[in-house]
Parts: sequence; structure tokens; C-alpha cells
Amino acid sequence: MEATGLSKRFTHKGRTEPVLNDVSFQVGQNEIISILGKSGCGKSTLLHLLGGFERPDEGTVRINGQPVTGPSRNCIMLFQHYGLLPWRTVLGNVELGLENERLPASERKERAMRYLRKVGLEDKAGAFPRQLSGGMQQRVALARALAVQPKLLLMDEPFAAVDTFTRYQLQDELLRIQREERTTIILVTHDIDEAVYLSDRVLLMGANPGTIRTELAVPAAKPRDRGHEDFLHVRRTVLERFELTRAAPAPEFSI
Amino acid sequence: MRPLSKTAATAFALLLLVAAWQAVVQIGHYDRSLLPSPLHVAQGIVELARSGVLFEDLQVSLLRFAAGYFSASVCAILLGLTLGRIRPLWTLVDPIVQVLRPVSPIAWSPFIVLWFGIGNAPAIVIIFLAAFFPVLLSTVKAVRSVDATYLKVAQNFELPPLRLLTRIVFPSAFPQIAHGLHLAIGTSWIFLVSGEMVGSQSGLGFLIVDSRNVLRLDLVMAGIVLIGVFGLLLDRTVGLLERWVGRQWGMEK
Ligand SMILES: Nc1ncnc2c1ncn2[C@@H]1O[C@H](COP(=O)(O)OP(=O)(O)OP(=O)(O)O)[C@@H](O)[C@H]1O
Ligand SMILES: [Mg+2]
Repeated sequence: MEATGLSKRFTHKGRTEPVLNDVSFQVGQNEIISILGKSGCGKSTLLHLLGGFERPDEGTVRINGQPVTGPSRNCIMLFQHYGLLPWRTVLGNVELGLENERLPASERKERAMRYLRKVGLEDKAGAFPRQLSGGMQQRVALARALAVQPKLLLMDEPFAAVDTFTRYQLQDELLRIQREERTTIILVTHDIDEAVYLSDRVLLMGANPGTIRTELAVPAAKPRDRGHEDFLHVRRTVLERFELTRAAPAPEFSI
Repeated sequence: MRPLSKTAATAFALLLLVAAWQAVVQIGHYDRSLLPSPLHVAQGIVELARSGVLFEDLQVSLLRFAAGYFSASVCAILLGLTLGRIRPLWTLVDPIVQVLRPVSPIAWSPFIVLWFGIGNAPAIVIIFLAAFFPVLLSTVKAVRSVDATYLKVAQNFELPPLRLLTRIVFPSAFPQIAHGLHLAIGTSWIFLVSGEMVGSQSGLGFLIVDSRNVLRLDLVMAGIVLIGVFGLLLDRTVGLLERWVGRQWGMEK
């Protein structure tokens, strides 16, 4: 995946505000990268551009050399609020993406069940999304995305709405599944620990307009130890960079 | 409220209404031909039932109502799904709908008789008109307020347009459409009587007109009571359906 010179402006009440300015970066296969930035800096907007949900005013997004012109099954987005269909069962939700494919119903079900098993929810196949906890809903959304076997997974603050324990558990699951499925993942977060723990590289984003200020490789080997020296070191570096890359004069800003 | 206590409350309220009616008749010493008492009306209903007129008229009315209401619902939902999805088209059609909607279906009755003749058709057309607009408007509104995330999910999985409509837009809009269907059942039931006063020779509306012509006010009142009671039953049935939809769709726990 390659983004070059992405810019996006929104016009609001006659005023045009640049939200993203000249964002460029590349993501290699099987990589997990995080885009880290504070609220409102344009992370979701960037992800929407990458997924083809919105067109950039300038710049292009390419996947395997092909320019992205609209949303596609190659590149599945996991939305901030999961986007599960409340009138379908868990299984029905996972099957949604498979209904295009000319699969016999039994095969479709089997494939959906395989991915539900992968996220540990095969016993919830008949339940409705409202009957599940937030963490379980996130898992269903993940299974639905993986079932179409996309090249790229875009995740918008995937674990922001769940408690710390569930978050840790989901993060470990995501790493395991990513190893198995060999999917490339771009995830947006404002949680430094999450960014460092999950990704191979962290892109730090500044606001007004959103740009990528710094890129930081996370050298420590996976699986990582949350309490390990290296982890804490990278975490500290991110914090420092954020201080340094912060636009002066400094607004009130805390992480 | 639990269903049982709600039924009890309904029964109690109806009893109260009948009691008030009886009290008015007794205190005012109204003549039977001016304001029939509940007992007289009950006798009237029994008389109608014995002669078979009651079931015949009831059946005819319910069939006409079903024909008008269901055809209106299907047309309005299909049209509403289309109009709701195509924004510029709705901008164009909206003023037209707003001009037609406030016109009572009865106002059209001279034309309806001219165009559709007499018999079942005029009543069905009038019920159709009464049900059509509430369902159309609620469908358009429902379609336009479909959660943008669902549409993005559908785009992401590359659902073709027709499947987007049947798998995402319609189910997502359905609770609100069901609400429109509920509203429409009330409005169109109101127009049943007027519809049957236009060129029909049967049905509850005709029963009322016919009884008035022979000065049987107890039977007129019997017709009114029947229309009221069946209106209530229809409303309750659809209300139950609407609640079931709400539960299935996760609107309430
Ligand atoms: N459709 C839109 N129209 C106008 N302005 C928009 C639109 N979408 C986003 N914006 C603006 O762009 C800016 C960035 O929004 P965005 O949602 O990308 O931020 P974010 O980094 O994802 O924030 P958060 O962490 O809160 O999710 C905000 O100031 C927002 O008001
Ligand atoms: Mg966001």
C-alpha cells in the first residue's frame, strides 16, 4: 500500500479547512502500522481516503500498484462502532461479505464458521449483536472482515470502547490472527501503548492540518512483553517525539 | 405495562365509556330514536348477526380495507425506497406529495366514481389514498436516515445496488417503516366508512347510510360501535407487530 501526497479539505459553513496535508507513506506486506495522533487530527479521514470511501483532493492511494478509486473487498475497514447489522445474527453478519461470491450456502456457512472459530465465537453464531458485549461485537466485525480474505485491513480505534483487560486480550488475538492470515493492517489509535505493542512502525500525526510528523520503527521482537524494558523505551520515545513534534505555541495537551 | 394489565385497562376504559353513555341516556330521557341506549344497540347488533347482514358487511369491509391498505403499502414502500435513495428525485417529488397529501381522499370521490365506477372500487381507492401518503413519507424518511456506516459496510463488501436495497436499506429502515404502517392503518380505517358511502351497496359504511335512510338509529350506532371496536383491534394487532419488529431489530431489549 502506498499513499502519496494525500490532501483533503472540508468546506464547512463557507469556510474551507484543510484536514490533511501532503500525507505520504508506504506499508509493506504483512506489516502492522499504527497511525497515532490526538483526537480530531484527521486519523479517521485518512483511513477513509485509504479505503476509498472518500476521494482525496490531491494525491493517490495505490494497493499493489493499482490506484484505489472506491471501496473494495481488497481492503476492509473496521469502523469505530463496528457497523454490525442488528437485524442479522452473528453468523448472518459474517456471511454478509460472502454473499457476492458464487458459493453454495453450505460452503458459505462453513467459511463464516471457520472465522468465527478463529475469533472464539462459534458458540455465539445464532446470537444477535445486541446480545454481545462490546469486545465480542468487535470480534464479530473482525471475523466478518477476515472472511472475505482482504489484502489490507483498516481499523479505526478498534479497541477504544472496551475495558483494559478485554483490550489486552483482543490485541493479543489480533496479533495471533494476523500471523495466521498474513494480513496487512493499518490501525488508527490514540493509545500509545496500543500503537507500540501492536505495530512494526508507528506514524505520529500532527494536527491542523493533519500531517505525518515522524515515523518510528518498533524494533522489539514480537510477541512483546508489555512490561519489558524495550517496550517502555519505545513508549518513552513516542512521548518525547510528541513533545518535540508538537506545533508551537503549545496548546494544552495531555496524553 | 404488562399485556394482561393493558388488556384489563382497555376493558375497563370501554366499560366506563358504555356506562357514561347509559347515564346520558337515562338522565336526559332521550327517545330511542334520538339516542339509542347501549342495550338497544346491543340488541341491534344481535339482530344484524342473526340475519347474517353483520358478517357479510364486516367481511366485505375488511376485504376492501385489506385490498386498499396492502396495495397502498406495497406501492408506497417500493416508491419510498426508490425516492429515498435518489436525493435529487425526492427534492422534485416532495412538493408534489405535499400538495396532494392534505387533500382528503373524499374530495376526490366525484372523480373516483367517474373513473372507477361503483361497487368495491371507490372504497378501495379511497382507502388506498388514505394509507399511501403516511407510508410513503415514513419510508422516504427511514431510507434517508439509514446509518451511513451500514452503507459503507455494504460498499466495502461490494454489494450490487439491488442487493444493497434488499439486504441493507430495507431491513435497516424497516422499524421506521413499520411505524408508518401503524399510523396508516388508523387513518385509512377512518376513511373506510366514507369510502363505502360512495357508491357501495354493502359494507359497514353502507350499513350506516342504509340504516339512517330507514331511521333505524340503533343500527346506525351499531355500525359505529363495530367500526370503533374493529379499529381498536386492528391498531392493537399492528402495534404488537411493530413491537415485535422493534425487538427483532434490537431497538429495545
Ligand atoms: N464530512 C466532514 N465534513 C466536514 N468536516 C469533517 C468531516 N469529516 C471530518 N471533518 C473534520 O475533520 C477533522 C478531522 O476529523 P477526523 O474524524 O478525521 O478526526 P480523528 O483524528 O479521527 O478524530 P477522533 O480521534 O476523535 O476520531 C475534524 O476537525 C472534523 O471536524
Ligand atoms: Mg476518528
